[in-house]
Amino acid sequence: MLITCPYCGPRDVIEFTYQGDGNRERPQPASQDLDAWNAYVYDRLNPAGDHNEIWQHSGGCRAHLRVVRNTITHEILSTAFARGGHKSADNRAEGRS
Amino acid sequence: MSPRRTETGGRIDRLRTIRFTFDGAPYTGHAGDTLASALLASGVTLFGRSFKYHRPRGLLSAGVEEPNALVTVLRSEVREPNIPATMVEIYDGLVAVSQNRKPSLAWDIGAINQLGGKILSAGFYYKTFMGPVIGPLKGTRFWMFCEHFIRRAAGLGKAGTAHDPARYERMNAFCDVLVVGSGPAGLMAAKAAADQGARVILADLEAHFGGSANWSGETIDGMPAADWAQRVAAQLAGNDNVRLLPRTTVWGYYDGNTLAALERVTDHKEVAAKGEPRQRYWAIRAGTVVLATGSFERPLVFPGNDRPGVMLAHAAERYAVEYGVLPGQRVALFTNNDSAYRSAVALKKAGAAVVAIIDVRGDVSNEMRRLASDAEAELLAGHAVVATEGGKALTGLKVQRFDAMSGSLSGDERSIHADSLLMSGGWSPTIHLASQAGAKAEWDPARQAFLPPKPTQRWIGAGAFTGSFSTAQAIAEGRAAGLQAAGGTASSGPLPVVEAAPGDPDPAPVFEIRAKGKSFVDFQHDVTAEDVRLAHREGFVSVEHLKRYTTLGMATDQGKNSNVPGLAIMAEALGKPIPEVGTTRFRPPYTAVSIGSLAAERFGDLKPERLTPMHDWHIANGARMYSAGLWYRPMIYGLPGETVEQAYVREARATRDSAGIVDVSTLGKIAVQGPDAAEFLDRVYTNMFSTLAVGKARYGLMLREDGLAFDDGTTWRLGEQDFLMTTTTANAGKVMQHLEYFLDVIWPELKVTVTSVTDEWAGAAIGGPNARAILASCVTGTAVDNATLPFMGIVHGRIAGVPVMICRLSFSGEMAFEVYSGAGYGTRVWEALIEAGKPFGLVTYGLEALGTMRIEKGHVTGAEIDGRTTARDLHLDWMLSKKKPFIGSAMMDREGLIAPDRLELVGLIALDNRALNGGGHIVEELDEANPHDSLGHITACCYSPALGKYIALALVKGGKARHGTRAFVSDPLRNRFGPVEIVSNHFYDPDGSRMHG
Repeated sequence: MLITCPYCGPRDVIEFTYQGDGNRERPQPASQDLDAWNAYVYDRLNPAGDHNEIWQHSGGCRAHLRVVRNTITHEILSTAFARGGHKSADNRAEGRS
Repeated sequence: MSPRRTETGGRIDRLRTIRFTFDGAPYTGHAGDTLASALLASGVTLFGRSFKYHRPRGLLSAGVEEPNALVTVLRSEVREPNIPATMVEIYDGLVAVSQNRKPSLAWDIGAINQLGGKILSAGFYYKTFMGPVIGPLKGTRFWMFCEHFIRRAAGLGKAGTAHDPARYERMNAFCDVLVVGSGPAGLMAAKAAADQGARVILADLEAHFGGSANWSGETIDGMPAADWAQRVAAQLAGNDNVRLLPRTTVWGYYDGNTLAALERVTDHKEVAAKGEPRQRYWAIRAGTVVLATGSFERPLVFPGNDRPGVMLAHAAERYAVEYGVLPGQRVALFTNNDSAYRSAVALKKAGAAVVAIIDVRGDVSNEMRRLASDAEAELLAGHAVVATEGGKALTGLKVQRFDAMSGSLSGDERSIHADSLLMSGGWSPTIHLASQAGAKAEWDPARQAFLPPKPTQRWIGAGAFTGSFSTAQAIAEGRAAGLQAAGGTASSGPLPVVEAAPGDPDPAPVFEIRAKGKSFVDFQHDVTAEDVRLAHREGFVSVEHLKRYTTLGMATDQGKNSNVPGLAIMAEALGKPIPEVGTTRFRPPYTAVSIGSLAAERFGDLKPERLTPMHDWHIANGARMYSAGLWYRPMIYGLPGETVEQAYVREARATRDSAGIVDVSTLGKIAVQGPDAAEFLDRVYTNMFSTLAVGKARYGLMLREDGLAFDDGTTWRLGEQDFLMTTTTANAGKVMQHLEYFLDVIWPELKVTVTSVTDEWAGAAIGGPNARAILASCVTGTAVDNATLPFMGIVHGRIAGVPVMICRLSFSGEMAFEVYSGAGYGTRVWEALIEAGKPFGLVTYGLEALGTMRIEKGHVTGAEIDGRTTARDLHLDWMLSKKKPFIGSAMMDREGLIAPDRLELVGLIALDNRALNGGGHIVEELDEANPHDSLGHITACCYSPALGKYIALALVKGGKARHGTRAFVSDPLRNRFGPVEIVSNHFYDPDGSRMHG
């Protein structure tokens, strides 16, 4: 699997660390809504198809990326920095389960 | 000359004799021989004993698919089991032994299992190992007792236990075109692609390129096919853009056109050249892959088809032509297709008498009849073999009239005297890699074979792999594939001209001759045709279930020979056509892969090491080193004759009496800088850092998002926007990643940068009643008295002229200081401190004494912050700020995390004055025979010089409430039982008067 890092170009997956489901929303820090926290900490989408994921280029520039990956074919549909411009419509995939 | 060696022919070098042993007996062969061909030439027919029934077995094949002749190769103490003898190239001094026999191959006690064949049928384990449900043995371990013997009787070679000293390497390679297989198709593909200028890798699992050209006896461009193949391979070797990888098995096809291959670099050599690895793991990223992997000949299923001397027809041809070895003197062939006729002619030419060709087909073409008469063989069309005779070698066979349409036998049995029976049940393309790459194979009724699926990745098939079994087709398809893969279109002149025996590629749809006796489908797992039918009668209809129930195709050969016949028999039992029964998907690896090759440089002398700046000093001064992750750290600085315990007790005692110094350079250090650094730390730590004054440090605790404790350490405020965070050694990487994640993904608005500076700083912690006096005697540029440097204060000064940063903090419980300098000056500062400490009796201490003093103080480390404990469990709830949210604050008060029966940190004192063990359990009542009701476990233990007792830290239910009570340690694995007292984790100086001074 190759992931194209916006800084470093196409790199082997072994340079990256998976950092989880990119669809999770962290509640506001002061939130006491335990259900929301529970969903954030424990609930993960597990779609057979396009999935919005966070990957860190830990063996490279260390940037976190939003990656849309097809979990069946491992095709990478898009990559973008997690910082800035994140969650824009074109690189956010709703998980299909 | 050995009895079965031909006078001439083959690629072996008859002038070079190689000596080796098999089962302890000396043998010779020639350079170029495999273990299989050399033993066959020496008259060996018996190579192994079968898996379940311990039946005698000989060579079935000449290649990678060999199911029977598995051997263990020994290199001094290291044993590698289950290698096909057909894939072992002999070298002087080779030591190989047979497997699954006791006491010897010829006299095997396990052969008694043949008598119990009915009991050892399909599903034997499932039906047997449910345990007695009634009777005197009910509820006992009787079955586990029996299983021990059954497991010893079944199975293959034994894995070794000796350390493997071999080196393994890993290589990454990139190419435009990867060609897998070097038969005529693969050679043409590689050549066509190389001529287009593409970067080409050509890999073949055999030692010599050429594939079937090496033994087909055909002529290409007017020369023997083997010579043609050598010429093309030599041309390729001269191209800069071609990399040739012989002895390289491409065993995995992964997404992104990434393929995994194993190169056996020195397995065929007596002695490896300097620097050569044993094996090399290749990760190959290919633009396009040309799959020219050829095909496997299938056995026919008939009674006694596993007797030594029964062999695949092409394998016999290969032994005769490629190695100059005749599998027998009187040879019979049994076939359902035309390809065996060519084998018959080849064997005749090599000097064998071909006594009969038995063909299940009633109508045999005139061309085949002509080949049969060329071979001077009697042709028995419309016949089948119904039995074989002989013990450890074939002596004869019985044939009967056979109707290929109905599968029925008729007429009288006729005996034929022969010492070799060669069978051909048609050919199956080697589609494993294509199957791994994606889509499902498709059944071709004409070829009676599964053909490769449509590519889902960038690969192109060529030759027998696609079902094109003739060499002329292989050459044409290979060139076309190579051109296409390289993006070329130009036709490069006329194709090489092939002269070959004629033959129809389509076999008769006959897989099995049903007659009395055991007919084997899967030779390696001893699965018979009757086992497959039994599975059907017992209700197994899915091919996946059939496979698991009978274990068909699940041995080390992964059913390379047996899958299709097994399916065909199942389909017949179900009354369905084969495509409706389906096939199983092939998965990597294609052949066995050594674990060593996968570990490669991550293991052994290529593994990276992290050394502190003072490492050489430690070694020079008698430190015994620990490896902690990748780090090496001093464990003790032992004196001559001292035990480890004596050493650490001396070091800890001296530190508490006067002063000690320890290398703390391995602590994780992260620079946290920026306008929002203080705010960020407030969110990351459970306690406040924005209130910390510049020039002061604070102990901090981090939680995970789920509210459990994550890591602890001190963070120093060096400037308004400049913090130096320290982490535990083990968690340095994880904490860094944690901080980066929050800054990058969750709070990108925070203006903070984090930088790992672990390797930039050398750290020395000096502690004890005289620590301050030692510092005062060597530090310039700053005072270190209580007013200038109070507890948790930071000063900057110089030691031996080197700028240092000193923070007064304590892990040992003594008055202590951490002295940080630039890593390059670490040893200079360290030596200056040692020198200054001499008048005070300063000792160096290692991790053991460090651990001892921290246990005495009741400080937590990774043993207690184990991913299951909360801040409250560790009595760190005083660090949980109520003034601000922080990571984990919302989740840490969940019901289960504040339950009263959680494991809490306590101290233990051994009341029997014996050492405690980490991992030992705490119980209320001691029951050595039946340990039960654990209250918790020991996390760290030591002998405490300060208390004069064996003590430990433990996580115990109810924790604090049990202080002052007695319990027992129960550690059945190490047979350690005894009374303990549960006390506070703060054993020593609980009010901290020593460190506050």
